[in-house]
Amino acid sequence: MSILNIENVHTYYGNIHALKGININIEKGEIVTLIGGNGAGKTTTLRTISGLLKPREGSVSLNGEDILKYQAHEIVYKGISMVPEGRGVFARLTVLENLEMGAFSRNSKEEVTRNMNRVFTLFPRLKERRTQVAGTLSGGEQQMLATGRGLMSNPTILLMDEPSMGLAPVLVELIFDTIQQINKEGTTIMLVEQNALMALTIADRGYVLQTGEIILSDTAENLKKNPTVQKAYLGME
Amino acid sequence: MRTSFGERLLDLAVNGFLWGFRILIVVIVVLGTFLTIRAGKYTSEQWIDFVVFGISQGSIYALIALGYTMVYGILRMINFAHGEIFMSGAFGGYFIATWLTGIGFMDKYPVFGLIISMMFGMLVSTLIALLVERIAYRPLRGAPRLVPLISAIGASFFLQYTFRGFFGPGVYAYPSMKALDGEWIFFGIGILKVQIVVTIAAVVMMSILYSIVMFTKIGKAMRAVSENKDVAALMGIDVNRIIVTTFALGAAMAGAAGVLYALTYRQVNFFTGFTPGIKAFTAAVLGGIGNIPGAMVGGLVLGIVESVGPALFLDSIGIPRPYQLKDAIAYIMLVMILLFRPSGILGERVSKKA
Repeated sequence: MSILNIENVHTYYGNIHALKGININIEKGEIVTLIGGNGAGKTTTLRTISGLLKPREGSVSLNGEDILKYQAHEIVYKGISMVPEGRGVFARLTVLENLEMGAFSRNSKEEVTRNMNRVFTLFPRLKERRTQVAGTLSGGEQQMLATGRGLMSNPTILLMDEPSMGLAPVLVELIFDTIQQINKEGTTIMLVEQNALMALTIADRGYVLQTGEIILSDTAENLKKNPTVQKAYLGME
Repeated sequence: MRTSFGERLLDLAVNGFLWGFRILIVVIVVLGTFLTIRAGKYTSEQWIDFVVFGISQGSIYALIALGYTMVYGILRMINFAHGEIFMSGAFGGYFIATWLTGIGFMDKYPVFGLIISMMFGMLVSTLIALLVERIAYRPLRGAPRLVPLISAIGASFFLQYTFRGFFGPGVYAYPSMKALDGEWIFFGIGILKVQIVVTIAAVVMMSILYSIVMFTKIGKAMRAVSENKDVAALMGIDVNRIIVTTFALGAAMAGAAGVLYALTYRQVNFFTGFTPGIKAFTAAVLGGIGNIPGAMVGGLVLGIVESVGPALFLDSIGIPRPYQLKDAIAYIMLVMILLFRPSGILGERVSKKA
């Protein structure tokens, strides 16, 4: 059963045609990755799903319900959560306050405590730093915080925009291990990445985006073997 | 070559002027202070009076300044109609206080009477601020920054002259509260009751606001929105609702300040909001605009300097009526802050986000 369905979506920035009719399907429990170069439209796709951008044409539906009619903050209540590009932690809020903001859509205290404990189990470092102001965290810790914050609303699907950006290789691995862990616990994941090799290693399926169009879609295994992908995104000749 | 020489000359001239200005101010302050203290014209009791008046006045500025600073923090916009929102609170308080005095309630229960007047002033201010936000600002969200600023100035005039239209240009005398007449004596020093009550009320209001912003879910959401609206929306925060809440809270503080101001000066008219509005804006800039503790500190500093300054700096350097220059002192402080430390006392970095 596909939970997220994107059909023939056209999104514009002013007059710039950023997404030219893309189709993406995500099944429950999957990790799906969207790879592509700079300016291919990866972030635009995520911003369209999360409601920050509205497409001129096409449909986005979650569990069969059209979500384009909702504003960004309402879509969170439907079960979509996004970890934005460049982490976007609230630098002047503490770690704890950032996580509380992630749970803004949740009203039950027990649920918030449960989610908070889950985040602290995934990222013990965050627990150590919980009273610290987020702006003083290292890049890796901020990525942990952004990810944990994304989980605080207990989403059915988590959108992640370039979690590896600007992180040391060790931290990238840690973050990707955690993504797999989160997925095993039942959250469907849509992962946008420039680090195509890492992304294809943990993903079930992948889409390749080029200047606003999907040029390839296949299982991650097959994409890794695909000569076009190898040449353009994996740096192999 | 020639232009670069000309430019360098201009640079030198501007820098020279700025330094000259700095030095002039420092000389006036130091020399004036020295001469005044040596002349011993004022008794220590008078100095204490100046400071106490400065504190009570400053805490009113601080209350108003909170509204400027919170709206700026969220929308990066100066709400120039805020002074008029303050004035509308003073009017609201006037009508209810007059009525309460008329039925004798005010004399019997002065504390409740005062609280009711303040609440009503806050209510009026809040309603008017919400209307202004809805009509004059929200349709301009996303327009270049100058546009809502002009709209705010328009709203300010609109409110002033609407009040003038309804209530005329005359001055309404606030009813006097018997409970607030006279002085209380602390350690042998008499302090006007009004000033103590005003200061306490302002401090209570500020503490309430500060607790809301720091500890409640909505307050944390306000801080999150002021940092990044898009990401806040991704958390499920309704950004528009938070903006409205911010206006409402700021206006409630201004309404309370309006009633307190009117208690101090015993009068209100349609123009009452202008000067305190600009002073409070100065206080917000002084403390660092966008910074809530900054607004409180800025208000107090401005109130005290304005009250102590004329006597301390200006009296003995031959200025005949120094107290007439207290507004000038406030505005010179604004100019100096803008020139020499635009980020204000508590230094919020304002230039980064647009």
